[in-house]
Amino acid sequence: MQVTFWGTRGSLPTPLNGKAVRRKLVNALVKGAGKGLDTPEKAEAFCQNELSFAESSTFGGNSSCVQVDTGGPDYLICDLGSGVRELSLAALGKHGPAKPQVYNVLMSHVHWDHIMGFPFFVPAFIPGNTIRIHSCHAKVEQAIRGQNHEPCFPVEFTALAAKIEFIALEPGKQYEIAGATVTGMLQLHGNDSYGYRIEKDGKTVIYTTDAEHKPENADDMHRAADFFRGADLVVFDSMYSLADSISVKEDWGHSSNVLGVELCHMAGAKQLALFHHEPVYDDERIQGILAETIRFEEITRPGDVPLKICTAYDGLVIDV
Amino acid sequence: MNSSETKFGGAVVLAVSGRVDLSNADAFKDMLTAALGNATGALIVDLAGVDYISSAGLRSLMIVFKASKAAGKQFAITALQPLLLEIFTISRFNLVFQLFDTTRAAIEKQVPDALGEFDAH
Repeated sequence: MQVTFWGTRGSLPTPLNGKAVRRKLVNALVKGAGKGLDTPEKAEAFCQNELSFAESSTFGGNSSCVQVDTGGPDYLICDLGSGVRELSLAALGKHGPAKPQVYNVLMSHVHWDHIMGFPFFVPAFIPGNTIRIHSCHAKVEQAIRGQNHEPCFPVEFTALAAKIEFIALEPGKQYEIAGATVTGMLQLHGNDSYGYRIEKDGKTVIYTTDAEHKPENADDMHRAADFFRGADLVVFDSMYSLADSISVKEDWGHSSNVLGVELCHMAGAKQLALFHHEPVYDDERIQGILAETIRFEEITRPGDVPLKICTAYDGLVIDV
Repeated sequence: MNSSETKFGGAVVLAVSGRVDLSNADAFKDMLTAALGNATGALIVDLAGVDYISSAGLRSLMIVFKASKAAGKQFAITALQPLLLEIFTISRFNLVFQLFDTTRAAIEKQVPDALGEFDAH
């Protein structure tokens, strides 16, 4: 499978503003002074080799949207945050508007940041396309229809030209979707959310966002670890620090990098992708949290096998 | 996990050793709660002998820290090993708890009346 991150920011799209771009530019120019960067190739190599990711790029600002390519013709998309607009443009660029496609969507829940991209999901406007929106969450159809409705949006849901289906899933039950086996799990979050275990050809991807875990609740920790068991990649809501998530932001419905590592260790997972970044964090802060998380994994590792850790960013592609 | 409790005036020093994780976090919390009940001025948790603490153990500390505030008592953590200090820092609990290099420093700051008794011990 191949996992592409189209939106990784939590709660609200967070575009990089001009001030932040200027800061990166000034920093790069100062660091590159006197290095003879007089061709695009030399400048590209300098950015790649001598600047950090936070200095030369950005983790991005679109809200949750992750594509899981299962190797078949049909799309599998986790959540319809603002990142789905770019996914849809890439899909149209790849196939052209005239060739109908099937888009399967797994919805974690219907909070705004996870549905806000759908009104701009271009394939929904094109006849011949099929969009199947699967979820364990009972209010997906109500939320999606309600969003494409006056006065919030000028195009009514009923005017969309694609064939759009809503498919209810039951947690704990296995389904064949886009050639993969998908299982849902109820998660602790305001108005509920669901994580999904996606399996194909012996590989497993876990998509678990907007999920709070209570570290003192052994049953919950073991239940989550069982769901993650042996996963090749766990896309994990690490929005807050552990201290925040169990003090001032307790019951806000999100988790931490520390719990992501602990649960992946318990589950014997191979890779953890930090996801659903806090909107107030800039690129340097997110990069710093990644470095700390890698260190935390190193000093708490229960055995000899390291857990690989990365931070998801808009545009990241991971082969599983 | 093992512990020993010593009282110096209004301060109770709870010295803990071993690992604190999901399997014994509840016992750790009960131990802290009992020690807080025995303290009239401050609970000082000496973690010099602890080489690992999980999120569950940190939450136990958080719960008893909140209880100490509600009871109007001081709460301090002392003598963290370097790796444990890293865990506190990465999880940002270094911003929540008052950390001291030594138990003596915590007593001197939080319950100075008990310092003589501590030094004489």
